[in-house]
Amino acid sequence: MTVDSTAARKATRSSGKRATAKKTPGGTAAKAKAGTKAPAAAPASAEQDPDQFVQLLTPEGERVEHPEYAIDLSADELRGLYRDMVLTRKFDAEATTLQRQGELGLWPSLLGQEAAQIGSGRALRDDDYVFPTYREHGVAWCRGVDPTNLLGMFRGVNHGGWDPNSNNFHLYTIVIGSQTLHATGYAMGVQKDGADSAVIAYFGDGASSQGDVAESFTFAAVYNAPVVFFCQNNQWAISEPTEKQTRVPLFQRARGYGFPGVRVDGNDVLAVLAVTKAALDRARTGQGPMLVEAYTYRMGAHTTSDDPTRYRGNDELLAWEAKDPILRLRRYLEAEGIADEAFFASVEKEDEALGKRVRDAVRTMPNPDDMAMFEHIYADGHALVDEERAQFAAYQASFAEEN
Amino acid sequence: MAVFEKITIAKAINESLRDAMEADPKVLVMGEDVGKLGGVFRVTDGLQKDFGEDRVIDTPLAESGIVGTAIGMALRGYRPVLEIQFDGFVFPAYDQIVTQLAKMHARALGKIKLPIVIRIPYGGAIGAVEHHSESPETLFAHVAGLKVITPSNSSDAYWMLKQAIAGNDPVIYFEPKRRYHDKSALDTEAIPHPLHKARVTREGSDLTLAAYGPMVKVCQDVAQVAEEEGRSIEIVDLRSLSPIDFDTLQSSVEKTRRLVVVHEAPVFLGSGAEIAARITERCFYHLEAPVLRVGGYHAPYPPSRLEDEYLPNLDRVLDAVDRSLAY
Repeated sequence: MTVDSTAARKATRSSGKRATAKKTPGGTAAKAKAGTKAPAAAPASAEQDPDQFVQLLTPEGERVEHPEYAIDLSADELRGLYRDMVLTRKFDAEATTLQRQGELGLWPSLLGQEAAQIGSGRALRDDDYVFPTYREHGVAWCRGVDPTNLLGMFRGVNHGGWDPNSNNFHLYTIVIGSQTLHATGYAMGVQKDGADSAVIAYFGDGASSQGDVAESFTFAAVYNAPVVFFCQNNQWAISEPTEKQTRVPLFQRARGYGFPGVRVDGNDVLAVLAVTKAALDRARTGQGPMLVEAYTYRMGAHTTSDDPTRYRGNDELLAWEAKDPILRLRRYLEAEGIADEAFFASVEKEDEALGKRVRDAVRTMPNPDDMAMFEHIYADGHALVDEERAQFAAYQASFAEEN
Repeated sequence: MAVFEKITIAKAINESLRDAMEADPKVLVMGEDVGKLGGVFRVTDGLQKDFGEDRVIDTPLAESGIVGTAIGMALRGYRPVLEIQFDGFVFPAYDQIVTQLAKMHARALGKIKLPIVIRIPYGGAIGAVEHHSESPETLFAHVAGLKVITPSNSSDAYWMLKQAIAGNDPVIYFEPKRRYHDKSALDTEAIPHPLHKARVTREGSDLTLAAYGPMVKVCQDVAQVAEEEGRSIEIVDLRSLSPIDFDTLQSSVEKTRRLVVVHEAPVFLGSGAEIAARITERCFYHLEAPVLRVGGYHAPYPPSRLEDEYLPNLDRVLDAVDRSLAY
């Protein structure tokens, strides 16, 4: 499988030792802290109170420290994160365009959530396992899943076009919240095997209302399963704001189940990386589950079928635009002299090449064979499927005979 | 490995689980109260003592969680055998079963397998409160990706479960709870009947009764009475509801020319409806009478004082036999 992101992924891993999170959080991050440098920009609201909000890079691109979560990345790694986010955004934009051109039936854009996905995706080890929703295009990128493979289900040629075990990246799950239980069960299996891998379950603010998510928290807590619950709170479940899902900040839910929860600036790739890595390390060392709430924003529509102008205003959009995850990292890279014009130009070039590759792949993606709908329904076969397959084949063949 | 002259269905299932767990360390048992208590029907009695809490897992009281986490464990290479405590309690897990368990193999284009067996005690006639007497088998048989089976005797109870656990597909295994304590023979060294093949349990020439699970015994009683009245009844124990072995049924109906289908589940859109349609198609020129059905009514399962009126019994099946023979 040719994957653009593989090289960057390996580089990150080989030098990953330095991306250490200093300590394992014991409880929620809502601890008093002294002597910490305050973020350069004042939090937009109480919901971003620094005591309850891990941030390492401000929207202005200034590095700040946090008493519980630290990060120390090489220049290569920092540039890698930037490249990952830019290319993910490009791929996403390309898919949106392809939907508008009628090449895809639907596309759920991740625009605005690049830091949440790249930060958490780059925190993973190869042997960790990911259970995504249907919007984790950035995480898929980090796992080395060829981005063009994500498009088959949205073009209508399959329901999931990759082997989950090739990249330890499960298929997209469309039923909201279902995958959190699969992740928990997988983690219970890891535990039974005595392995030190961790599992990460992605879900959103809307999914937090689902019974399956509540049950997964219960099972994970009771069995001390090595799973990280990674909630991207992008503020909107189609048209319903987070206030329609919860009366408490989502990360606080964890406390009631008996494991820690932390809210991280979901538009800060460094903070997301540090917090997720700490949570994964906690899981793999037998300390059980943790909930990470990545506080972010869905800049686009829920999917290409949605019209967000019906339920939210432009002010909100502009406020979040100012917190753009890519822009703030670029500001930091430029201010610190970590990346030069040549680097940005090379990413842009890659960007164009990726766009072309995605367009070409989608436009030449063949329709499945008519008989494919009868395949893989059962692993060991089924008499009714055999009968109906034969009937359908005979019916199809009857036209050939007429011709 | 053993030969039992008489063993209850409940004990046969226990033996099957025990043998499967001994044969394959990846086989797990999960459910509510399956550990120390041995299940509310004692079907898993002694398993946790012998195989440990790591393999016989008392779960939180959350059916969707049981099935959802079992899917995750299967993805990791385990073979979970789940117990849903009663038929009427499976519905919180219905979403996981239908949207995930049934479809994931196809979704992954065959790249992953989900060898999960879900055991569900089903059916009425035990004088229980609401939600403890239902027959929801058709709700699962309707879903592609699932297999649905149900034994009527101890030998099938043992073998069908063992075959289901050894297979690579999700299987819903319905246990006829009113027959848990019925005894019959079991040879655990015999060559098992193919899992999805029906079995002619009594040969006859005048009419075929098709049944499964708890209704096979009722049909045997019917055949006995009918014989005394000079009528020769053939009984087909379907055993599997997804797939249904229509070939065995067709052979029987081509011989007897009459078919009555019996199940506890409501008649409307029940398995009898599918069987009637398919047998009519396959045996149109052989049939002397329309395929008749005897089953539950389109009503919520009634309070137990009324269940004898709701459930097919000797007289109601005999009545259908008479009606069929009158054509």
